[in-house]
Amino acid sequence: MEKFVKFDGLVAPLDRSNVDTDAIIPKQFLKSIKRSGFGPNAFDEWRYMDHGEPGMDNSKRPLNPNFVLNQARYQGASILLTRSNFGCGSSREHAPWALLDYGFRVILAESFADIFFNNCFKNGILPIVLPKEEVDALFGLTEHTPGFRLTVDLAQQQLVRPDGHVIGFQVDPFRKECLLNGWDDIGLTLRHAEAIREFEERRKQQQPWLFA
Amino acid sequence: MPQTLYDKLWNDHVVRQEADGTALIYIDRHLIHEVTSPQAFEGLKLAGRKPWRVSSIVATADHNTPTDHWDEGIKDPVSRQQVETLDSNIREVGALAYFPFKDLRQGIVHVVGPENGATLPGMTVVCGDSHTSTHGAFACMAHGIGTSEVEHVLATQCLIQKKSKSMLIRVEGQLGKGVTAKDLALAIIGRIGTAGGTGYAIEFGGSTIRSLSMEGRMTLCNMAIEAGARLGLVAVDDVTINYLKDRPFSPKGELWDKAVAYWRTLRSDEGACFDCTVDLRAEAILPQVTWGTSPEMVVPVTAVVPDPAQESDPVKREGMERALQYMGLSPNTPIKSIGIDKVFIGSCTNSRIEDLRQAAAVLKGRRKADSVKLALAVPGSGLVKRQAEAEGLDKIFVAAGFEWREPGCSMCLAMNADRLEPGERCASTSNRNFEGRQGPGGRTHLVSPAMAAAAAIAGHFADVRDIL
Ligand code: SF4
Repeated sequence: MEKFVKFDGLVAPLDRSNVDTDAIIPKQFLKSIKRSGFGPNAFDEWRYMDHGEPGMDNSKRPLNPNFVLNQARYQGASILLTRSNFGCGSSREHAPWALLDYGFRVILAESFADIFFNNCFKNGILPIVLPKEEVDALFGLTEHTPGFRLTVDLAQQQLVRPDGHVIGFQVDPFRKECLLNGWDDIGLTLRHAEAIREFEERRKQQQPWLFA
Repeated sequence: MPQTLYDKLWNDHVVRQEADGTALIYIDRHLIHEVTSPQAFEGLKLAGRKPWRVSSIVATADHNTPTDHWDEGIKDPVSRQQVETLDSNIREVGALAYFPFKDLRQGIVHVVGPENGATLPGMTVVCGDSHTSTHGAFACMAHGIGTSEVEHVLATQCLIQKKSKSMLIRVEGQLGKGVTAKDLALAIIGRIGTAGGTGYAIEFGGSTIRSLSMEGRMTLCNMAIEAGARLGLVAVDDVTINYLKDRPFSPKGELWDKAVAYWRTLRSDEGACFDCTVDLRAEAILPQVTWGTSPEMVVPVTAVVPDPAQESDPVKREGMERALQYMGLSPNTPIKSIGIDKVFIGSCTNSRIEDLRQAAAVLKGRRKADSVKLALAVPGSGLVKRQAEAEGLDKIFVAAGFEWREPGCSMCLAMNADRLEPGERCASTSNRNFEGRQGPGGRTHLVSPAMAAAAAIAGHFADVRDIL
C-alpha cells in the first residue's frame, strides 16, 4: 500500500446522503477479477448518459452534464466532500478501488457505512468524519470558491483551509500508523503467528467440534 | 459482571489486544463466493503466502450463476470467468466444502451455510458479502468483509477489529396474521434509519423474536446491515438447537452434547448493559412496503407515499424528492394503488423453504394478474428447491404464472440475466431498493414473500391480510 503523506488537493462536492456502493460502482463491473481499472466507471450511472457495461471505451461515452463531478472546475479533484452514511450497501471493495482509481485519496463526510469505512483504510484512502456544521461550511466554501483546496495533514490530524482555518479530525491510532507507513496488515498480523497458533490450540481443546 | 451475548462472543475470540482496543480476532468460518474472492486469492499468491486453515472455508458460486438453462452453462463470458476462477482457486487451495455451479447443495452462500450446519453458534463467521450478518441468527459474530480482509483471513485466520457498541432491539408481543420477520425487519429500519445501527452490534430480543423460527431470525439478522449495524444477533434457545440437530456439518454424538452445553450459555446475562435499547410492540407492525430508494423509506401497506413538503430537514427532503422522482411516484399516492410489472421472490433474505411456503399459501388456487409481465420464484439453494418440489410448491408457483428457477442470487442484484428494464416496477423480497439495484432504471419495492405474492395476484400492492 502506498504511504499516505501530507498533501494538498482539490475538493469536489457530492451533496447527497446515503450514497450506496451500487452507485459508486455498479454491479456489472464487479465481474472483473482485477483490483484496478475501476476509475472510469466510478458513479457510472450518474456520470454517463448511456448505460455502461464492462469492456466499453469510456472515453467515447456521453457524459451527463448535470452530474457534479463532470463539471470542469472539479476535474483532478482528490478530496470528495459528501453527506451522511456514505458507502452504505455492499461490502464490495470495488467501491474504494473505483474511488482511488478515480483519484480520490480523502473522503469527508458526516458519517460512513462501517464496512466501506474499513475498506478505505485497506486501500490508502483516508475517510474523515466531520460534524455537520463543518460539512455545511465546506459545501458553502467549495461552491463559492473556484478551485477550493484543502491541505490534509494526517500526522497532525488536521485539515487546513486556504484561509488558514484549521479543522481537527479523529482517526484511529492504529489505522493512522498503517496509513502513514503504508504497512501491509497481513505482514503485521503474521508477526503474531505464534499467538494465533496458541489460541487455535486452546480453541481445539475447548470447542473440538469446530475442528472436527 | 453480567455480559451481553456480544461481549461473550467477542471475549471468546480475542487472540491479542492492543492498549487502544484494537484486537486480533480469530475467525472460525470463512464463507467464500466468486465475486469478492479472486483478487484475494491473487494477492495471497503474489505474496507467496499459504492459507492458514483451509478447513474453515466453505465456498459456493451464487452471484453470477444463471437461474435457467443450466444445461447451457454460463453464457456471459465475464461471469463465467469469475466462476471458473473460483473453481480453480478452491481446487488449488482446498476447502471444508465446496458447492460449485450445478451442485445439488449449491446456492446463496447465506442459505447454504446454515442449512448444512456449517454455521454453528459461538462461531465467528465472515464472508466478502455484507449480508453475512444473516448468520447472527445462530448467535454467531458474523459480518461482511472487503476483499483485502478476505485475503487477511485466508493468510492469518484473523481480522483486526475494534469492538462495536451494543444495541438491544426488544420486540414484545405477537405479530399479526400475515405479518412476517421481513415486515419486522423493515419496520425496525423505518424506525432507526439506515444509519441507525452504524457502529453497533445489534442483539434482537424479546418474546416476538423468541417466537420466530430460525428462518425468520435469519431474515431479521440479514437486514441488520441495512440498518447500518456491523452485525445482528439472536440468543441460542431450543429453536436454534433443534434446527441444527443432524445437519451435515453439525457435531455428532458426544461432541454434540458438549457443543449444546456450551451453546446454551450464548445469551445475554440478566442485567447486562447495552449502550442503547430500542423497544417495539409487535402488534403495531403492519405489512410493510418501501416506496423509495433506501430501505428506511418504508411505510405500512395501508399508508400513502409520504410528502417531502412535510419534511423539515432540507437534506432529507431533497433525498425524498430525488427518490420519488426515480421511483416515478407522487406524494400521497396510496401504496395499494401502485401497479407493478414484475415480482421477484428470492434472495438471501427470503428464499428459504418457509418463505416459499408463505408465498405459495397466498398463491394457491390463484393466478398472477395479466399486467404482471414476469414473476420469478428463485429458491435459495438446491436443497431448498428439492424440498419445495417435494411439497409441491413448484406446481403452485407455476400454476399461478410464476417461473420456477434454479437457485442463486438472481434478480436481487441482477448480475446474471435476471433484471428489470428501465422504468419497470418490481415487488421484491430482496433487501436493497437502491437505484439500479435490480437493473438500471429499475424500481424496487421491498416486501415480504406473502406480500409479493399478494401483489402478483392483484397487479398492484395489496394487503395480504385481506387475502389470507
Ligand atoms: S441474494 Fe442478494 S444480497 Fe444476498 S448475497 Fe446474493 S446478491 Fe447479496
